[in-house]
Amino acid sequence: MSLRVLAAGPLTTVQDLGRHGWRHLGVAQAGALDPDAAALANRLVGNAAGDAVLEFTLHGPTLAIDRTSRVAICGADVDAAFRPAGGETIALATRRPIALPPGELMLGPVRGGARAWLAIDGGIDVPVVLDSRSTDLRGGFGGCNGRALQRGDELPLGTARQHDATAVQLPAWWVDPDADEPREAPIRYVASLHPASGALARGAWRVDARSNRQGLRLAGTALAADAPDGVSAPVAPGTVQLPPDGQPIVLLADAQTVGGYPRLGHVASADLPRLAQCRPGDALRFTPIDADAAHALLLARRHRHARAALAAAQRSR
Amino acid sequence: MGNAVPASPPRIEALADDAWLVTLGTSIDAATNAAVHALAARLRGNAPPWLRDVVPAYASLAVFVDPLQIDPPAARDWVATHVAAGAVAAPGTGGARSAIEIPVLYGGDAGPDLAAAARELGLDADELVARHAAPIYTVAMIGFAPGFPYLSGLDPALALPRLATPRTRVPAGSVAIGGAQTGIYPRESPGGWRLIGRTPCVLFDPQRAAPSLLFPGDRVRFRPVDATTFDALTVRTDGAK
Repeated sequence: MSLRVLAAGPLTTVQDLGRHGWRHLGVAQAGALDPDAAALANRLVGNAAGDAVLEFTLHGPTLAIDRTSRVAICGADVDAAFRPAGGETIALATRRPIALPPGELMLGPVRGGARAWLAIDGGIDVPVVLDSRSTDLRGGFGGCNGRALQRGDELPLGTARQHDATAVQLPAWWVDPDADEPREAPIRYVASLHPASGALARGAWRVDARSNRQGLRLAGTALAADAPDGVSAPVAPGTVQLPPDGQPIVLLADAQTVGGYPRLGHVASADLPRLAQCRPGDALRFTPIDADAAHALLLARRHRHARAALAAAQRSR
Repeated sequence: MGNAVPASPPRIEALADDAWLVTLGTSIDAATNAAVHALAARLRGNAPPWLRDVVPAYASLAVFVDPLQIDPPAARDWVATHVAAGAVAAPGTGGARSAIEIPVLYGGDAGPDLAAAARELGLDADELVARHAAPIYTVAMIGFAPGFPYLSGLDPALALPRLATPRTRVPAGSVAIGGAQTGIYPRESPGGWRLIGRTPCVLFDPQRAAPSLLFPGDRVRFRPVDATTFDALTVRTDGAK
């Protein structure tokens, strides 16, 4: 039972909730850039929250699935369609569990954001490496041979519950736990003691095209930066670094484990998924909050997603 | 950066919603780094179930926790207790294990920068090798790439600036000098340090039970070997995989 990659898209990777506990050996966290969206997609298809999913960027892959399946797509909107073996192409919708007979799943452009996550019942059953199935692109391990998917790849699927979809079953309901979140609101961050940390909130920033899963690069009026003589110290996903050129970088899940640039603070983890949806050129603003408020935001987001997953589980029954 | 930050060490601050950063000093020196590793060992030795990772660096360490199992302020209190205990405890011994020996083939294709580096330092290549292989180094931290050790203890006379233009491909196992540090590239990657030799040791293999050959705080010694020994060790390493 497998997924065959007919077209990979610009950057499609196998991810789960990330690799924790190995940073002391220089191993990045990796994992879905929106772990809550990946977990919700999994819950919609009856998987455990931490099963492996596909994360795709700007444009989705085309996949041949050789068994009946249940799939769900969460994150940004995606033009999605399905062609059953010998049948006609049907448009699909996101944020709900879809039962599919064997056939071709075509995931097109990502809209209103940059990334989305595809869960399939049984999960992507690649080997667990250092406690995770996530792809470490720089380390070259995990996921599908430590790299982004390529045309022709065949990914093993875990065992799914029996269901006999002879036709596409697309429910009319959907879940969107973040629907009421203001999309234009500033990104919330906890400022460090660095003198330039407050200036981050006063700047108007754009997302630089060189951004990737390691870091979101900001472009704007340069902040006053120090000489590059910092003693390398631990960094984390969310860390806002200030390189000598004065253009801050927000580290994301694939970031290195230590860094020598001054640290302006960290983005609240509840807002990191919003950064995952930024496209090159998008405008961004920042606003400072304290660490307690950041923790409260994290718990609130988790609760919102847990309620959505519960509601979905009841409807799917 | 040191004089730009008002509070003086030791200092505990939020690094992320799920991590605290403990800063014990503002410079790269052996005593501060030994204190970092002693604190890391104390934290690991008393690890509660919510502790995810302790990440030491030169003069600071990060404590990662599961924020759904413990409230971050409670985790901070736990860290603070151990930081305070460290102020009165005897300094750590810094690596209970004896020094790990790393065989190195110096110069030639294995160390393409050795000859130029020796000229730049005003040394014979043999003397550079002897002085590089003399000390017992400490793994000050691991970073840059999985399993990449930043080794402290380099003879200050061997400090070399990084290449103006980094190489796009540094072979796995390359032993290199960058500034006042020396290190080993675990995997083929880009890199700007000066390559003086290569080891047949596999520094990082995610499939191994102990994925990294070296652990932060470990002590390391380089042993010069000839090409025949290097090849023999390479074969043995490959055969063991």
